[in-house]
Amino acid sequence: MSLRANFYQKSGATFAFNPWDLLALVIVLAIFTALGWAATKMSHPFNLGDQIPISLGYSHLPYYALESVLRMLIALAVSIVVTFVVGALAAKSKHAERIIIPCIDILQSVPVLGFLSITISGFIALFPGSLLGPQFCTIFVLFTAQVWNMIFGFYQSLRTLPDDLIEAARMFNLSPWQRFWRLEVPFAMPNLLWNMMVSMSQCWVPLTFSEAISVANQNIHLPGIGSYIFVAIQQANMHAIFAAIITMFIVIAFYDQLMFRPLIKWAEKFKFESLPDERPSRAWFTSLLHRTHLSRYLGKLTAKISDRFINPRWRKTGYQETVPRNNQWNKILLVLLYGSVLAGLGFGIFQLGDFVFANLGWVEIRHALLLALASGARVFLAVIISSIIWVPLGVLIGRHRTLAKFAQPVVQFCAAFPTNLLYPLAVLLILRYNLDVNLWVTILIVIGAQWYILFNVIAGMSTFPKEILYAAKIFNVKGWLWWRQVILPGIFPYYITGAITAAGGAWNLTIIAELISWGTHTYKAFGVGAYITEYTNSGDFHRVALGIGIMCCFVIAFNWILWRPMYNLAERRFKIS
Amino acid sequence: MDDLIVNVKKVNKAFLSADGQELSVLKDVDLQLKENEIVALLGKSGSGKSTLLRIIAGLVYPTTGEVLYRNQPVEGPIKELSMVFQSFALMPWLTVLQNVELGLEAQGVPRDERRKRALKAIDTIGLDGFESAYPKELSGGMRQRVGFARALVVNPDLLLMDEPFSALDVLTADNLRSDLLELWVEKKTNTKGILIVTHNIEEAVIIADRVIVLSSNPGTIYAELKIDLPQPRDEDSLAFRKYVDQIYQIMMERAGETRQIAARMHKRDLGLGYPLPDTNVSELTGLLESLVEYEGEKIDLPKLAEEWHLDIDDLFPMLETLELFGLTKISHGNVELTKDGKQFAEADILERKQMFAKYLKDHVPLIQHICHILHDRRGHRASEDRFLTKLEDYFTEKEAERVLETAIGWGRYAELFAYDYNTGVLSLEDPE
Repeated sequence: MSLRANFYQKSGATFAFNPWDLLALVIVLAIFTALGWAATKMSHPFNLGDQIPISLGYSHLPYYALESVLRMLIALAVSIVVTFVVGALAAKSKHAERIIIPCIDILQSVPVLGFLSITISGFIALFPGSLLGPQFCTIFVLFTAQVWNMIFGFYQSLRTLPDDLIEAARMFNLSPWQRFWRLEVPFAMPNLLWNMMVSMSQCWVPLTFSEAISVANQNIHLPGIGSYIFVAIQQANMHAIFAAIITMFIVIAFYDQLMFRPLIKWAEKFKFESLPDERPSRAWFTSLLHRTHLSRYLGKLTAKISDRFINPRWRKTGYQETVPRNNQWNKILLVLLYGSVLAGLGFGIFQLGDFVFANLGWVEIRHALLLALASGARVFLAVIISSIIWVPLGVLIGRHRTLAKFAQPVVQFCAAFPTNLLYPLAVLLILRYNLDVNLWVTILIVIGAQWYILFNVIAGMSTFPKEILYAAKIFNVKGWLWWRQVILPGIFPYYITGAITAAGGAWNLTIIAELISWGTHTYKAFGVGAYITEYTNSGDFHRVALGIGIMCCFVIAFNWILWRPMYNLAERRFKIS
Repeated sequence: MDDLIVNVKKVNKAFLSADGQELSVLKDVDLQLKENEIVALLGKSGSGKSTLLRIIAGLVYPTTGEVLYRNQPVEGPIKELSMVFQSFALMPWLTVLQNVELGLEAQGVPRDERRKRALKAIDTIGLDGFESAYPKELSGGMRQRVGFARALVVNPDLLLMDEPFSALDVLTADNLRSDLLELWVEKKTNTKGILIVTHNIEEAVIIADRVIVLSSNPGTIYAELKIDLPQPRDEDSLAFRKYVDQIYQIMMERAGETRQIAARMHKRDLGLGYPLPDTNVSELTGLLESLVEYEGEKIDLPKLAEEWHLDIDDLFPMLETLELFGLTKISHGNVELTKDGKQFAEADILERKQMFAKYLKDHVPLIQHICHILHDRRGHRASEDRFLTKLEDYFTEKEAERVLETAIGWGRYAELFAYDYNTGVLSLEDPE
């Protein structure tokens, strides 16, 4: 019945205003005006050495938040474009795949701060006398915090495209362009959207140090919530920190309600089958838009525009795929491609080595290695502590459906929360009780990284087959046996995903957590994160490069030795299909 | 020869195995499709019938030989051909209308005309009122109707169908099949010919003017049969049953040739290349037990298949296995239990295991090979990879895995050897 109603509603669209139109129009116009206004402020004149005053007055917070969100959205837009190009390239050409995927694997493990220190001077030189330089730099850093998981997700989606759909697209002679928009992008959409949300969450921590750029003793503070937090920490202003936290809550709620929820609602149609007990997601903003006449008109308009976009007028004749032929030129091009990539790689490594070794000796490298070992131990410990605390609790929460439904968004929000906002508190505690910095820094990392584990354990537990739990009950499986033989193997695949994410996050957190300050107090732990931060601030790029290089090697080594085998084991043995 | 739509000339298709050996899937296939006829390609799984369909469609390229469409060589998917898929292959994010429009969109048909033609096709196929529905809202039968509308809207010269009814329940399939036949008989479409791939013998006889039987490994055309019955056909008529019986007999004849393979088996090198039928022990014992109930009479295969709801992909591998072990005897489309077969069916679990072990050791060279190696080795252990590599000389990687899996299933049941899933090691020990 609802089918019919739906159909008639859509076909009978004429353009006339109703009250809902007015409301929707006000909201939409407000959003666009605000973002547009913030955009005009982005390109102020600016010279190196200028100080942009950051006021801790609460009345400035809406403007700062707007600027920060605008940067995040621009970075997200760029990320989407890059994802479409690079992800599709990797999925479609096995040669590109061989180059792109390892590259992303490595880039993903480079701490975000690393990108900042490397690119800042370049961006400033690109736009002399304008604030655009630092703006682009910040946006670039946010982009590097967002883009990798999106590319990976998109690539993996394209790789898992069902064969029959590909065959259908080929059979009906869809051109590669039509195929991309009609088949590949829609198929990847739910995954892409999920990764976009994760990416937006990952942005908040880098925001605090990428807006307030303090590289090489330069202090550029772009107006934004990140700079606000930075200054508040510098001035040891607890009230301002709280104000920033509240603003962040509001901002996250805003873009969640106005952007992601409608998008998720919209993306539901891209899913293959709705799971039987999955309730359709709700979005009041979408419902509001559906009530307007304007949306129907706009719906028709966008359908027309997207049609023009996917089926451009100038390409009238049908596409014809032909037998792939091996020709000599392709082979030569391939040899050239691989050759240049290898040469570039070799040259890069040589340059980096030269850059580092020319100024630093073996003693320094040994020192950095020791620091990295300490940080590695800290990361490992953080994952173990988080697991011990949250696996049992996550299982308990996940067993109760209502509790899990309530807990999941909260945990998701906590994961987005920039932990460094809590660090001032930690400094005060360390100061008051005279605690050991090296140990307590680990706790700080746990605070930031634990959510991923909790989140995934809850997810694993709520999809746990009911029959298995009933069976365990019937056979009176209890206590340790229950954990060992039923629950832990059952949630293992989810737990591993969580642990991998947590470990990745923890490495990034070492950079912020190992060197913390509050007003005039500064604490430094023994670790490579502190090493990187310290020399970034003082502008010793040789040591920064060394620190980042070693950290990358450690992250990659961890991935290869520990996480990947565990992940494969989980996929092979413990997946409940 | 103006009415020749597709001409398949000496087509061979081979895949390269992991170690570079060529594995033949289709061998020397010649096939002509003429105007105004429905041709059914009938074969067991692994007969390469779907591959042949895709070669004709231009989705897959033959290793040697060529396919001509209206006397032009096929080099890629042809616009005048269209396909209906077993799994429907609808885009879940497009509405029924958008799905049907897809093929027209690809041809660059303007938006308004596209819509008009799509709505007409939807009307013809009986999907009126569902234009704005998404595929996931529809039942399987309705989804396949969308599949038909999408295929027919581009006015294909030849319609290809890859087991279009096998994912549907019996009633829905019947209904959709008769609707399609009605469209065809009353010439409501511009389609000049239909090629359907199926593994359902009755379906082939209901629908086709000509049935082509493919044999397996490698796929070759084994027999061709003209069905000379007017549409609509009565499934209970004597003439209809005769055709069905005849096809069963043809296919059994082919299965009977396994006996010859069995005879050759003691030459080891040949034996390993024999693809063990895809069966498991419970099915086999189940079938044997039901055969016992017929008490010595000869059993009619179509009846057996109907009674136990078996299609040829279930029935023939089982019969082949039983035949291989010498438990049944097949002649002229009838099955009969042998003395061994009767003995096995009446034995208890432990006796059955012992008997099964004996059959395996006597008749299955792969099992002999595995046992032999496990005995010779110190520690009596060997990795499955070793056997897989050996099998990949004869089969594709996937088929090699399937064959070994079947052998391991049989061997475990007969307690000839043990297998550890985590390490992939076969051994003579008892499990810990």
